[in-house]
Amino acid sequence: MIGGLTVLLLCQLAGEVLARTMALPVPGPVIGMVLLFTSLLLRDRFAPDAPRPDPGVPGLGQVADALLTHLGLLFIPAGVGVVVYGPQLARWWAPMSLAIVIGTLLTIALTGRIAQFLMRRMG
Amino acid sequence: MDLTQIWVYLARDPLAALTATLLAWMAGLQLATLFRRHPAANPIIFAIAILAGLLLATGVDYRSYFQGAQFVHFLLGPATVALAVPLYRQWRHVRASATAALAAVLAGGAMAALAGVGFGVMFGVAPEVIASLAPRSVTTPVAMGIAEQIGGLPGLTATVVLSSGVVGAMLGPIVLNVVRVRDWRARGLAMGTAAHGIGTARALSVNATAGAFSGLAMGLNALATALLLPLLWRLFGG
Repeated sequence: MIGGLTVLLLCQLAGEVLARTMALPVPGPVIGMVLLFTSLLLRDRFAPDAPRPDPGVPGLGQVADALLTHLGLLFIPAGVGVVVYGPQLARWWAPMSLAIVIGTLLTIALTGRIAQFLMRRMG
Repeated sequence: MDLTQIWVYLARDPLAALTATLLAWMAGLQLATLFRRHPAANPIIFAIAILAGLLLATGVDYRSYFQGAQFVHFLLGPATVALAVPLYRQWRHVRASATAALAAVLAGGAMAALAGVGFGVMFGVAPEVIASLAPRSVTTPVAMGIAEQIGGLPGLTATVVLSSGVVGAMLGPIVLNVVRVRDWRARGLAMGTAAHGIGTARALSVNATAGAFSGLAMGLNALATALLLPLLWRLFGG
């Protein structure tokens, strides 16, 4: 458990440091995610015979599953911030709802069509 | 015993806010189960409604609530990093269609951001609200990071992102039927691109393949949007 959590925090820390030193306009945790993903793939490539408990680092899968099954909980503190945005919501609710509903449905239709088309062509 | 003293303690100490957040989440989960996990009955929305109502009723301001709740909020960072794990687990499974998936997700992600910005500009919405609408199809922790980068309001972004997820999970399958997308891989990609984790949860409950592709789309879209949106924003608006 602790080992897995340490790996996550190390990747995040490396991501934050990289984002700041190289002035990347990307959130640090996203860079951390890329670092973790590529290092897992690299390890598979260069040490294919190494024992492979899912997903490779003891405890990592456990911590990741624990965090991701309760991912919803983690959004709540920020979401409650909606109480501060009463004025913005009262003023802009119409364009915001349109962007949310129409934008989301258009995105679903477009992505689905393109994906189906490409997958048929590429087999 | 002075009741006001107790109240002052509760309003200031992180313990009460933290406990309330966990209790609200558990209540949200219970409510969602009560509604038989209907996609419209989202536990996150319930919990936020409960806590927002409590804050408004008691007059505790958001900043002092957040002092306690920030411990939960902090975990969004490691959770974002942890998204690499499901992506890695599904990698062998989705690798063959990775190119097609990437192209579809890029197009979908662009569409989602453009629709957000487009409606905002059309109605003359304040720039910080437009910046909060732009990353709306991306999973919440990443979207909030992007919004911060481009001058949006992270809290407002969280609301917009969650609503987009709920709308996508509710109406997405109907839209996909209307435009006759029957391939489970394509259906999953569409749900993950437009409705991130909430859409992925929905896709997973319907079909395992759709779920795997939805998770992949969510990760790819988060990555692509986080990489490209701030750059484009700087070039065109900013």
